[in-house]
Amino acid sequence: MTSFPWLTTLMAVPLVGSVLIVLLPKGRAVLAKQVALLVSIVTLGLTIAMALQFQADSTEPFQFVESQPWIPAFGISYSVGVDGISLVLIALAATLVPVVILAGWNDADDSRGTVKGYFALIMVLETLMIGVFAATDVFLFYVFFEAMLIPVYFMIGRYGGVQRSYAAVKFLLYSLLGGLFMLAALIGLYVVSAQMTGTGTFDFLSLASLDIDPDVQKLLFLGFFFAFAIKAPLWPFHTWLPDAAAESKPGTAVLLIGVLDKVGTFGMIRYCLEIFPAASEFYAPVVIGMALVGIFYGAFVALSQTDMKRLFAYSSMSHFGFIALGIFVFTSTGQSGSVVYMVAHGLSTAALFLTAGFLMSRYRSSSYIGDYAGVNKVAPVLAGFFMVAALSSLALPGMVSFIGEFLVLLGTFERYLWIGALATVGIVITAAYVLRLYQRTMTGPLKPELEGMKDLGGREITALVPIAALTIVLGLFPAPLLNVINPTVDRVMTSVGASDPSPTLALPGTPAEGTAK
Amino acid sequence: MTMLMPAEGVFSLIWVLIALPLAGAAILLFAGRRTNSWGPYLGVLTVLGSAVIGVLMLLEMMQQPADGRTYGQELFTWIQVGGFSADMAFQLDQLSIVFVLLITIVGSLIHVYSLGYMAHDKDRRKFFGYLNLFVAAMLLLVLANNYLLLYVGWEGVGLASYLLIGFWQHKPSAAAAAKKAFIINRVGDVGLSLAIMLMFVTFGSVSFQDVFGVADQASEGTLTAIGLLLLLAACGKSAQFPLQAWLLDAMEGPTPVSALIHAATMVTAGVYLIVRSNVIFTAAEWAAIAVIVVGLITMWMGAIIGSAKDDIKKSLAGSTMSQIGYMITAAGLGPIGYVFAIFHLLTHGVFKAGLFLGAGSVMHGMNDNVNMRRYGALRSAMVITAGTFIVCYLAIIGIPPFDGFFSKDDIIHASFERSPIIGVLAMLAAGLTGFYMTRMVAMTFFGKARWEDDVHPHESPKVMTIPLIILAIGAAFLGMALVYWGDIESWLEPVVGFEENPLPLASWVYEATTLALVLIGVAIGWIMYARREVPVEAPRGTVLTRAAREELYGNQVNDVLVVQPTHYASRSLVWFDNKAVDGFVNGSAAFVGGLSGRMRRYQTGFVRSYALSMVGGVLLVVLALVLVRMS
Amino acid sequence: MNPSNYVMLSAVLFSIGALGVLVRRNAIIVFMSVELMLNAANLAFVAFSRMNGNLDGQVVAFFVMVVAAAEVVVGLAIIVTIFRTRRSASIDEPNLLKY
Repeated sequence: MTSFPWLTTLMAVPLVGSVLIVLLPKGRAVLAKQVALLVSIVTLGLTIAMALQFQADSTEPFQFVESQPWIPAFGISYSVGVDGISLVLIALAATLVPVVILAGWNDADDSRGTVKGYFALIMVLETLMIGVFAATDVFLFYVFFEAMLIPVYFMIGRYGGVQRSYAAVKFLLYSLLGGLFMLAALIGLYVVSAQMTGTGTFDFLSLASLDIDPDVQKLLFLGFFFAFAIKAPLWPFHTWLPDAAAESKPGTAVLLIGVLDKVGTFGMIRYCLEIFPAASEFYAPVVIGMALVGIFYGAFVALSQTDMKRLFAYSSMSHFGFIALGIFVFTSTGQSGSVVYMVAHGLSTAALFLTAGFLMSRYRSSSYIGDYAGVNKVAPVLAGFFMVAALSSLALPGMVSFIGEFLVLLGTFERYLWIGALATVGIVITAAYVLRLYQRTMTGPLKPELEGMKDLGGREITALVPIAALTIVLGLFPAPLLNVINPTVDRVMTSVGASDPSPTLALPGTPAEGTAK
Repeated sequence: MTMLMPAEGVFSLIWVLIALPLAGAAILLFAGRRTNSWGPYLGVLTVLGSAVIGVLMLLEMMQQPADGRTYGQELFTWIQVGGFSADMAFQLDQLSIVFVLLITIVGSLIHVYSLGYMAHDKDRRKFFGYLNLFVAAMLLLVLANNYLLLYVGWEGVGLASYLLIGFWQHKPSAAAAAKKAFIINRVGDVGLSLAIMLMFVTFGSVSFQDVFGVADQASEGTLTAIGLLLLLAACGKSAQFPLQAWLLDAMEGPTPVSALIHAATMVTAGVYLIVRSNVIFTAAEWAAIAVIVVGLITMWMGAIIGSAKDDIKKSLAGSTMSQIGYMITAAGLGPIGYVFAIFHLLTHGVFKAGLFLGAGSVMHGMNDNVNMRRYGALRSAMVITAGTFIVCYLAIIGIPPFDGFFSKDDIIHASFERSPIIGVLAMLAAGLTGFYMTRMVAMTFFGKARWEDDVHPHESPKVMTIPLIILAIGAAFLGMALVYWGDIESWLEPVVGFEENPLPLASWVYEATTLALVLIGVAIGWIMYARREVPVEAPRGTVLTRAAREELYGNQVNDVLVVQPTHYASRSLVWFDNKAVDGFVNGSAAFVGGLSGRMRRYQTGFVRSYALSMVGGVLLVVLALVLVRMS
Repeated sequence: MNPSNYVMLSAVLFSIGALGVLVRRNAIIVFMSVELMLNAANLAFVAFSRMNGNLDGQVVAFFVMVVAAAEVVVGLAIIVTIFRTRRSASIDEPNLLKY
């Protein structure tokens, strides 16, 4: 293993970038964008270089580990490291940032905030996103978790739409509320660890190896879960999301829903499951119920939305239901599926929001569905990308989202037959709302107001192509993703003490496979 | 259990079969306008290339012994999680190869035809891209060696169908029909997904080899459930009752699409699925019975709808439903019927493609009018179209020695072998086929001309008529060839099994009765639509006619049972979300806000009153301290 | 020594100051009353310091004096400004911070 501090470098590069951008002289807006793009591409390059050195078959729980004492009095340290799941999510974040910068090239202007301010915020956010996935100290995770709110608050509140301050405040307060409960549980966890081992610690691995009393687990679990359920967001803690999504710039929405919200589901796997295995099992029926309600609730509400961005928000809520479902059924297919689903959802959300953003930028920034019709006629390339995004969102086989969705459903089906069957019905409604949107906006006779609308330009196509390509390539060849995820999922499954149900009929000649590895 | 032979020689090209049209689609769709001029020809060539490879494979396969004709090719491991694994791997056997040939050869003809038919469409390149995509997906569907990969092809053809039905997107009806087709198909997909999951949970694998190898050990309940789920999937894709409503609307697509996708190949994927899973249906009796029931219902529904529609394409679509009903029924009969289901599928693929392309050729000469009441006496205006159409017509109603006679009679035979009720129903439906097809031919090519004023019927260009002629030749001789020379029963037997049960009467009795019924149908149709004047405005008609025109109220039923409740649920949930869930969140915010509004009132602005409250506070604290001290 | 006298005096002074703050309207008088309260506290500090024989109380008394001096500077400046703009030193009239 190399001793090069990969993760710290990854975090430092965008941070340095943001400082650079802020220091640029006023009026050099284009330069600020170029610096941001360059820095984010460098970060992506570094991420790829790191990912290539990741050893999927390693027995270590974390790789690229770094640790420095931070507040030794409370056992807090700056410890980072990645396992398969966090590596994949860091890669997702690093991929989406340059895409968002490129796509949002003209999103910010100097009317409310400054252009360079917007891009500096994106850079800061990238640092924090990488940090939150890389942290292996629970306190450090908490710090990143809360700090992420700040740039997003400004990105919505300064650069957003008409109701931006309402949306930003709602987002901030709702998230802070969750964070507060998590903080309480965090302190509780520290006290428990102090009681059990004599010296309190926030180190994830030490905490995960503790055998906490189930009743205490149940209490502490709630604190963490509440924060994650708001972040993810699960039904019924979702109402900040449609407002935030509708009022933010497309790029902000991509980072918010595509990456930030994944912290919620990531946290459920990493912290809820591994530190509180008994409580996770205890609460699993409740969470599964919430997820199931969310799947249908989000889909049904999306069906009647008149605003594109709100529609995407509700559809995301439905997708997060699938992800949470996969996590809490405790099967390796379900959990791997959830992680793949997180990546796929990041990509499909990005594609949807960005294409919708390009569309909106061509007509008075309106996200009202009724303002568009027949766009395919004037902007076939845009319509084509919209189609791909829509198909990726409805999990067409051959796209990576299908693999995630199918594995989640399969994992659920293995454990709870009827719940799996019920959740599968959700794919019909997903198709209904996605295609309804496409039909309303892209097909039919062209609205006269849209006459002469320009098709996508080079910059916009460049931003969308990587997403579309990843969606399809990973859908046909998901091995790079699954090979990295699977060992981590096995670790989580072991620490929860769950094993896959074996098939009712064992095949002759092959041993019944399960998690016994 | 058949042995898998390694894919060597020409069989190492299995993946190329799919890759060729896929590459064509990718080039046409991604390279954009640059390929406008030569793209369509590339599209034709890729499918032709696949067809050539397919023919070579068939020739090679015929050299092998009957149990050595299954070839497996594994490219890479596709999904591997825990105990679940699915490979990107193909299986070519006697069943797949007939599909490969049907898809690529009929596909090539339709591609060529489209060169003429779509000559003036500005999105011609895109059209060929989608067609290529369809061919690739359909080949993937029939070549996959496991159910999950089959699912990819299954959805791929659904996507291509969606894109092509909605090809003329500027027409709202086309866009709506495309969406409807996709969503109804999704209902079927739920069935396929669940079937795959249930297979994995039961057998621990989803590959054909593994599943069929141990299927007989599973409980009958499980097998019945898998069978019913697969039937649901088949119903969606093959437009069988109760998921039939999308097919008639799908006629919004360009006619070559209707011929290729909604007549010859994609809609028969459900039959493929059932026949491919024959091990399961043979072991699950009740699932097989459900298959027969669905097949019979659709056979009749389609025929009734086809008898009443004035739109030539919709009438043909009804006929397609009905003919697929035959195939599904045959597939439900078990080993006595599987072979004939595929046999009828092949012949139907040829003659129905011919009929649709013929209809397209008629429309081409009639300013794209589809109303048969505005046709009439076209036989002299378009000789080749009329001639090929009539050959295909003779094939579909089952006049010897044309295709349909062999395949349909075999199904009727097999039905009688199973039960006289099924047999009689299938036989009577054949009579109805005679009626509605005669009606169509009479209204289109015979009788008096009822053309609109500005219509000048003319024969289509050669690029369109040559495929018609080839298909007509196929419709005339394919059935004979497959029975006498190809020996389709023994060809397919290693894959799907074959049995024959004794019949109480000599087989010519059944054939003669069927033929008599068909001729009665033909006679009625001829008298009603060729001899009598056909009114230009449709008469009101009987209750049954009106119901048939409304597609037996399938749309209305769906609307009341599914669409309306969904919209209602959706709107109520939006209300609930705004009022209750968000209301609670905003309500708690408003509560805090209101509270602070009240407390604000105490900020009077009088410094002295603040001071007084401070003094009061101090006194309270002191008092509390004193009290604590004293106690 | 008996500190009770000093404490008594301090309490009386403090009460007078508090009463002055509460009842008077003129800002200057209120200000003087605040000073009176501060010095009452100082008296108590010094008295207890003397009683306990250490210097802590006296140190605090110095702090209080410094704070009081600073306060006078700022406070008087404010009062003068208010007087200049409103031609009055009444503390009931400026109510800009009213709800």
